[in-house]
Amino acid sequence: MALKINEEKFDDRVSQGLQDSFMRGAVSSAQERMYTRRLSAAEELGNWEEWRSLGEQIRQHVLKNLDYYLMQLGENVSRRGGHVFFAKTGAEAVQYIKEVAEQKQARKIVKSKSMVTEEISMNEALIDAGCEVVESDLGEYILQIDNEPPSHIVVPALHKNKSQIRDVLKKKLGYEQSDDPYEMTKFVRGILRKKFMEAEIGVTGCNFAVANTGLICLVTNEGNGDLVMSIPKTQIVVMGMERIVPTMEELDVLVSLLCRSSVGQKLTSYVTVAGPVTGEEGDGPEEFHLVIVDNGRSEILGSRFQPVLQCIRCASCINVCPVYRHIGGFSYGSIYPGPIGAVLTPLLKGYDDFRELPYACSLCGACTDACPVKIPLHELILKHRQAIVEKEGHSPLAEKLAMKMFGMGTASPSLYQLASKLAPSVVSPFTSDGRFGKGIGPLNNWVNIRELPAPSKERFRDWFIDHKKRGTTDERNHS
Amino acid sequence: MMKVALFATCLADMFRPNVGKATVELLEHLGVETEFPDSQVCCGQPAYNTGYVKETKKAAKNMIRAFEKAEYVVTPSGSCAAMFQEYPDLFRDDPKWHDPAKELADKTYELTQFIIDVLNITDVGARLEGKATYHTSCHMMRLLGVKDAPFTLLSHVRGLEVEPLPNSQNCCGFGGTFSVKMPRISEQMVDEKVDNVLKTGADYLIGADSGCLLNIGGRLERLGKKVKVMHIAEVLNCRQGGNYHGFENQ
Repeated sequence: MALKINEEKFDDRVSQGLQDSFMRGAVSSAQERMYTRRLSAAEELGNWEEWRSLGEQIRQHVLKNLDYYLMQLGENVSRRGGHVFFAKTGAEAVQYIKEVAEQKQARKIVKSKSMVTEEISMNEALIDAGCEVVESDLGEYILQIDNEPPSHIVVPALHKNKSQIRDVLKKKLGYEQSDDPYEMTKFVRGILRKKFMEAEIGVTGCNFAVANTGLICLVTNEGNGDLVMSIPKTQIVVMGMERIVPTMEELDVLVSLLCRSSVGQKLTSYVTVAGPVTGEEGDGPEEFHLVIVDNGRSEILGSRFQPVLQCIRCASCINVCPVYRHIGGFSYGSIYPGPIGAVLTPLLKGYDDFRELPYACSLCGACTDACPVKIPLHELILKHRQAIVEKEGHSPLAEKLAMKMFGMGTASPSLYQLASKLAPSVVSPFTSDGRFGKGIGPLNNWVNIRELPAPSKERFRDWFIDHKKRGTTDERNHS
Repeated sequence: MMKVALFATCLADMFRPNVGKATVELLEHLGVETEFPDSQVCCGQPAYNTGYVKETKKAAKNMIRAFEKAEYVVTPSGSCAAMFQEYPDLFRDDPKWHDPAKELADKTYELTQFIIDVLNITDVGARLEGKATYHTSCHMMRLLGVKDAPFTLLSHVRGLEVEPLPNSQNCCGFGGTFSVKMPRISEQMVDEKVDNVLKTGADYLIGADSGCLLNIGGRLERLGKKVKVMHIAEVLNCRQGGNYHGFENQ
């Protein structure tokens, strides 16, 4: 899967999302579940705001000193006997991974869930090169056999219910049992166990890389990550270049924030820290590759959008977003949906395909409030809107004109005085019975579904002048 | 006598003058004198939220000038009060305007925030019979950080029962220009809000932001629902013994 998940226009994607009543039911109930679980997991810590500030400080510190920590991480991975490759682009990363596969004459590859491998279209390239690539996260596996993109960064198959999943398993794999999640999981597990044992290469993502040890941390719930990391003889870890913590101490803080924000757990079932195998350790992969992916990130660094790189991919912003709630993940057209996607996707892939995303937001700030590392998400969305306006030709002409008039009106009290006084009569052809009808361009979008009162004949400011002349209402009432 | 400058908001000035009138009467009732600097226009939020910084600055400068002399600025809108809090950042590279912007931000209060934090009053002596639910507006709750003040004040309104609004944390779908730029998404959001309002069985929907109330109220009216939409200033201004701009004269 590439970062861009479909070719349809934004409006068509939204239409499909809005019509998918099952998906909307699943998303809204998941959001409500996650909301309560996240709040209680945060409350347990007692001082959640301090934890968030600490998380923010750690992430900002790493970004400020990213060159240093990348160097340190690279040195420590090499010292432990691992190979490090720094990929400027997604294509470079994929090329390197393909070369490792060729060198190993690998045909079978197992993966644990990784957003960055989706971002760089790694699977497709390896499959083209003749490899079998198997996703081993249950949700991701279901989507892979059904040839669908993820609709959420943590719960990729959130949009599918159990009977839909049973149908996929039946159609693609001849599954014959019920839609009981236990039975279905057991069935898939039987297939995947074999894949783990046969694979020559295991590919994982990376929740955090620990710079001073050269170790990689994976946070999972199914145990598949550990199998991918330990059974195949060659291991490849693919990471976005910003996903570093200085030491285990900072890892502790960020893993606590991640698990509680992401799934409302104190810790997930598996939090694994591993890396290249040194002499004294008996097991683990014989060969270890760390692929560090830039793919546009260094251009975000130092820009007004830098805070987006603080992201630890917990999806709590997605889980509280009232827009995602109704349109679902596919409407964003990117593997990164929701508020984080509305900020990140246009940065990685430009405005041409994704210019609507920053507007698919009511600026309610729920995402900013939920973010465990305090990324001001709704402010970054606003910065996109500013950037679109700054780039000539990117905003509609009518809007530009309206805003120009707005600027004039709001800067000149006398012009406003006049306009607001005349407003009721100017718009009177469009109003009846004290309400707007149809007829004024963008207002139609409002009045199509709601009433809009006509401007009041008596403005507040006129009343106020009279009021002051008459004395306060209390005095009048009591005289 | 304490004196405050009223920032009425352009929505109240032009569409819901009753909100401004109720605010004035309520403050007077609480012993506060009001003035209305008449060069005030709009805080600039529609332009700001659409990405038009230059136009926003024009509006902001006008507002900074309009309220220059005020000791306190009080407004019946959480969202517009929050917009003033953005001003210092808007002028971060402009030393001439930054400090006055900061000064304005610091002396501005949303109405319920002012009553609780500055006047230290929790019971304004209001009375309204019936069942109500309260819409927590996003900007007031999250950007301005005012969460409890409206509930505290409403809990002392005699005769009023306040029913919690399910999923109150979710936006109503107004979002300023969002409501006309993304009408279909906005429609789904306001419909869910309306459903939740109806679930409470409330007679009144109360809020502290005219924008949200225009949105939810406009949808309720289109659907023919009988829930009465009231700004919190109107509720708190419902008193016995006179002709006040509260519910009775709507």
